[in-house]
Amino acid sequence: MDTIGKENELKKCACDNSFDEDQLYDQLDDIIEQHTNNPGALIPVLQSAQNLFGYLPEAALKRISFKLNKPYSEVAGVVGFYSYFSTVPKGKYTIRVCLGTACYVRGGKDVLKAFSDELEIAVGETTRNNKFSLEVGRCFGACGLAPVIMVNDEVFQRVKPSKVSEILNSFE
Amino acid sequence: MISVYINNVKVNVEEGTTILNSAKAAGVKIPTLCHLESQSPKGACRVCMVEVEGARSLMASCTAPVSDGMKIFTNSGKVRDARKFVVELLISEHCGDCKTCERNEDCELQKLAFELGVKDIRFEGEKIESLIDDSTPALYRDSGKCIKCRRCVTVCNEVQGVGSISPQGRGFDSLIGPAFQQNLDEVPCVQCGQCAAVCPVGAIVEKDHVSGVWEVLDNKEKFVVVQTAPAIRAALGECFGYEPGTLVTGKMVTALRQLGFNRVFDTNFTADLTILEEGTELLMRLKKALVDKENVAIPQFTSCSPGWIKYAEYFYPDYLDNISTCKSPQQMFGAVAKTYYAQKIGKKPEEIIVVSVMPCTAKKYEAQRPEMNDSGVQDVDFVLTTRELGRMIKQAGIDFKSLPDDKMDSPLGLSSGAADIFANTGGVMEAAVRTAYEIVTGREVPLDNLHLKAVSGLEGIKKASLKIEGTKPEWSFLEGVELKVGVAHGLSNARGIIDLMKKGEVFHFIEIMTCPGGCIGGGGQPRFTTDEVREKRMHAIYLEDEGKQLRKSHDNPEIAQIYKEFLKEPLSHLSHKLLHTHYISRLN
Repeated sequence: MDTIGKENELKKCACDNSFDEDQLYDQLDDIIEQHTNNPGALIPVLQSAQNLFGYLPEAALKRISFKLNKPYSEVAGVVGFYSYFSTVPKGKYTIRVCLGTACYVRGGKDVLKAFSDELEIAVGETTRNNKFSLEVGRCFGACGLAPVIMVNDEVFQRVKPSKVSEILNSFE
Repeated sequence: MISVYINNVKVNVEEGTTILNSAKAAGVKIPTLCHLESQSPKGACRVCMVEVEGARSLMASCTAPVSDGMKIFTNSGKVRDARKFVVELLISEHCGDCKTCERNEDCELQKLAFELGVKDIRFEGEKIESLIDDSTPALYRDSGKCIKCRRCVTVCNEVQGVGSISPQGRGFDSLIGPAFQQNLDEVPCVQCGQCAAVCPVGAIVEKDHVSGVWEVLDNKEKFVVVQTAPAIRAALGECFGYEPGTLVTGKMVTALRQLGFNRVFDTNFTADLTILEEGTELLMRLKKALVDKENVAIPQFTSCSPGWIKYAEYFYPDYLDNISTCKSPQQMFGAVAKTYYAQKIGKKPEEIIVVSVMPCTAKKYEAQRPEMNDSGVQDVDFVLTTRELGRMIKQAGIDFKSLPDDKMDSPLGLSSGAADIFANTGGVMEAAVRTAYEIVTGREVPLDNLHLKAVSGLEGIKKASLKIEGTKPEWSFLEGVELKVGVAHGLSNARGIIDLMKKGEVFHFIEIMTCPGGCIGGGGQPRFTTDEVREKRMHAIYLEDEGKQLRKSHDNPEIAQIYKEFLKEPLSHLSHKLLHTHYISRLN
């Protein structure tokens, strides 16, 4: 399998968190260890890895591929298939604009465009200062409040494009 | 056994058989664009749908197992409409023009569209983006033509155990390829071309060398010599409608002359040379281990198959010392053609162009390895696949079937039957045994018609042992030794045999061929290579061997001549310079 262990090529994390990166990779090894010989290990390991790093760095994916003896192309295929997985670092705040049916017909798309314009990023991207990431959500179960957005765990209701900068400014 | 009815005809099959295979047993053809025999079904293309009485909807016959009494209809209006519809949808996003496609008239999608009566394009929609990957010396990929059947994924992962390509992304935007849209040269691809051999369309093909070869043939300043691998003669005929396994050696030589090659030589010649070098190398390794008590890498692995070499460099760098240092016959040929033969005809290496015809795409890669220029220039200039040679012969307007037979030129054209069988899995081993046994004992190896039956055939991993008795005095340390040999073909079997070694199984010599069946099943052979086709080509190769006066490499007088006039002896200083090489770890 094309699982080349780049043990010495652990990329230095670009974000300014205080975690010691080696420690994170030690934890990743523990996670993989718990799933060795489990044929359905890949997705749970990827989920745990994403929780650990906040995203899925290339070096982590290569390590997962190597240790689970799965081709790197297959690992990448799974990561690319599920929108849940991200290979780019997320900002401090993840904005998810609902484009479920109710939010969509009540202008969710305009709200999304306003965030995109205001932050100068496209869906799936993160601002240069690592503060905001922009994503699309699929129904938060609050259709009566449409259009709805979430910023991390906080819900904002009946959002209008004109309210977008105000919302952004409320986050430090 | 259970009974099922295919179009009202009763057929008895084992429980668990798929509808597709049951229909095959009943002599009914169901089209498929994704299924590969002996591999797990994928159900990806949806072309093989059939109607089953009592079932809610049509079923994909490649994945559905039969049940007792099942009534299956493969030719109802509903089935025909559904298949046609599926093909129309595939065509609606297929980005390519049949007229200019490499696979024109050799395309399964094109053929099926015709058979199903697709007469107009009903659906005009968005086309798949055409992303070109021409990063490697051997392969060319065009995502726009890909129908996502996943055959290439199956061979790369399951047959070859390489895993450089997988489905990426989702839905309309999904692509088959390496991780994160990397090119093949950025991932551990061994360039075996098995993907190109099974691709139903033109999404993966070999890198074209035809135009380059025409250019040098048209240039009268160039002295162009051609070498043909052993496996070509048993397969080239398929390009012209011959049955698989028809030997066309003599016609091939005539065709090559008519194309304008100045000399028509044989890779078989350097296959014989390989046996002398590699056999001697094996005996020297055994001597070092048994007599000199040196720490030497045993077993020795064969080195003829460039896909296997690259695979070992990626996945088994700890075993590189085990691989024979001999270059492959293709590269030995290039090196001696531009030195030994060049001197004979009073030319400089750079005045000679060496063209190879190979059953292989990895040979295109091998020829460009930077270390393969021991003559002072690149030893092998162009590598044509069997398919490409077939195309050139057609382009030249040569009526292949009516050609008379001709013979290869001397002195790089004479070969033994031992060289022919290099084309088959187990053949290099058999050829080596024929020579090594005789070197050690002075007697012909006691095998029925010189065949080492235990290592022939399509089983993935094969083993044999041979007791060495009655040795000559200088080889007395081998007296009574049980020589244990192993043979693997298909790289997942290479992994399998190395796993056996890791578990403690002892081997002295192991032959590994990248492609299933050996070179006769190479990635550059005419399509489509099934096991039945492999068997037929292998049979033809054994016939070629048995029909020769010379059956053993060391009996080839032109080999004796090159040692006498030029190389001196196996493993000599000059041999090392021209005929041997080294490998590099690619684990990073």
